Amino acid sequence: MADTEITGARATGAEAAVARPRWRVNGGSVATHLVLSLGALVMVFPFLWQALTALKSLAEVSRVPPTFLPDDWNWSSFDEVFTAMPFREMLTNSALATAGRTAGQLVFCSLAAYAFARMQFRGRDLLFGLFLSVLMVPSSLLVLPQYDIIQQFGLLNSTPALFLPGMFSAFGTFLLRQAFLALPKELEEAARIDGAGSFRIFWSIMLPLIRPALAALAVITAMTAWNDLLWPLIVNTDPDAMPISAGLTSLEGQYETNYPVMMAGSLIASLPMLLVYVFLQRHFVQSVAFSGSKG
Amino acid sequence: MSLFPATAAAKSAGRRAPRTAARPVRRGQRAAYGFIAPLGIGFGVFYFWPMIQTFYFSFTEFGPFGGHTWTGTDNYARVLRDVTVWQALGNTLIYCGIGLVALPLAIVVAALLNRRGLRGVAVYRALYFVPFVTLPVAVGLVWNWLYNGDFGLLNEILGWFGVDRHYWVSDPSTAVLAIGAVMVWSTTGYYLIIFMAGIKSIPRDYYEAAELDGAGPVRRFFTITLPLLSPTLFFASVICMIQSLQTFDLIFIMMGEKNPAVGETQSVVGLFYTWAFIENAQGAAAALAFLLMLLIAGLTYLQFRLQRKWVHYG
Repeated sequence: MADTEITGARATGAEAAVARPRWRVNGGSVATHLVLSLGALVMVFPFLWQALTALKSLAEVSRVPPTFLPDDWNWSSFDEVFTAMPFREMLTNSALATAGRTAGQLVFCSLAAYAFARMQFRGRDLLFGLFLSVLMVPSSLLVLPQYDIIQQFGLLNSTPALFLPGMFSAFGTFLLRQAFLALPKELEEAARIDGAGSFRIFWSIMLPLIRPALAALAVITAMTAWNDLLWPLIVNTDPDAMPISAGLTSLEGQYETNYPVMMAGSLIASLPMLLVYVFLQRHFVQSVAFSGSKG
Repeated sequence: MSLFPATAAAKSAGRRAPRTAARPVRRGQRAAYGFIAPLGIGFGVFYFWPMIQTFYFSFTEFGPFGGHTWTGTDNYARVLRDVTVWQALGNTLIYCGIGLVALPLAIVVAALLNRRGLRGVAVYRALYFVPFVTLPVAVGLVWNWLYNGDFGLLNEILGWFGVDRHYWVSDPSTAVLAIGAVMVWSTTGYYLIIFMAGIKSIPRDYYEAAELDGAGPVRRFFTITLPLLSPTLFFASVICMIQSLQTFDLIFIMMGEKNPAVGETQSVVGLFYTWAFIENAQGAAAALAFLLMLLIAGLTYLQFRLQRKWVHYG
């Protein structure tokens, strides 16, 4: 009781003096916290269970009723993941595909977005509309010919195959265009008077100013690239060329009922993106909030 | 802090940019096309050209030794007659319906997080968003394990309440629901962030005025939060619908290949994948993809028409 009293006082801070009887506010917020914590538990518990299962032996997970903590902490499933398939190569493929796609989008989308936002040219609005139409098209409508193109380039089962189409994004162009639109116009005029060319203005003046938007685009693209499944399944069928997402599906085929190994594999596969999320959470939130704004 | 503080103001200013002397403009024009060219070429090769090609493919049969033969509208006729297509379509609409459950959940959580003086808002938001960031394949595997009929935790927990063991994912009658529940679980955090941004823009005074008038939290939610959030809700429901009509990853991973309920749970995109890349029926797959696009466009149009009835623009 005393504890809640203290937290309550700290929470309301300066408003505390004005607030209504404190214990009532607390009652309400205790209930709110209860509901929210229950929801948070539902969101996070499956991952805890995943980790605990990965650390149990196969015999232990087949026990009824299940144990909560492992009887003895067993790390062998993690080793098995790496011997069962080229897991290391798959992780590398995923990392390269993610890096390539993210770098490509940052370059191509920022260039085009700058022109659409800050330059005058004939057919600008028409072209922008055309580019935006890409947002509306389901990917299933594109993958058959995209596969043919990759095949013609001789790139099947290669790393570039994983990231080539994804380097070009209508969403990214749209997001960065909005960021460029928000900058004051005087910036360019001053630079032009100083004799700077278009590319120089773009590169050394404008681009640094939209760094938050670039970061937001980078994290959301990286996440999409790391999590992508349909496209890699199609173009890279050779295990050595697969990213980790596609690799896990073949692990599933191989270890049908060996849940400790599958949990170990899926844990390692999702860890890199979770780490990125932990450190760059702010940018994730901003890019999602942007995608939800009607701007 | 917002990413785009002055968007609206700059947008109107940008449009009215004064024309300077003719020559620099023309030189600027050429530069502008240079800026756009890389993306334009990429879009041309990987998006516009494929779109045209898929349209062409949908009227052809892909021969066993390569090459396309024109078959007119045969593929469309085949697609419309095929029972598996209608089943996949039905499943997809059910997934879409279940997927939309994430929206009310996210709104309620967003409203709870909007309580004045609530602590730990950032922590909650971060935790709710974790499933959305996690690799869908990993999510599918984890939930398959939780749903497992023999040793799964879900059956164990339900057993405490006297519910019988159940094979959630291999029983066709529960498989769609089981997969749909995971979809809701993994997208709620995404919509939560969208709604939190929307709620933040509702002026605090409204709530204070309503409170002075004696409106309780439930009343305030229905008379202030919900109507003022309706444009955001509309936008989120359009995104949610478009996304869930294209659902593939989770079903693919959760069902595997040997599951007896594969047919009962297959989505349109899943069927497309099977036709296009396993059964080598590219023509029919292309026709199916086009029909899916028409469905998405049609339902999106319908949503835009219906929004007049329930969306309030302040």
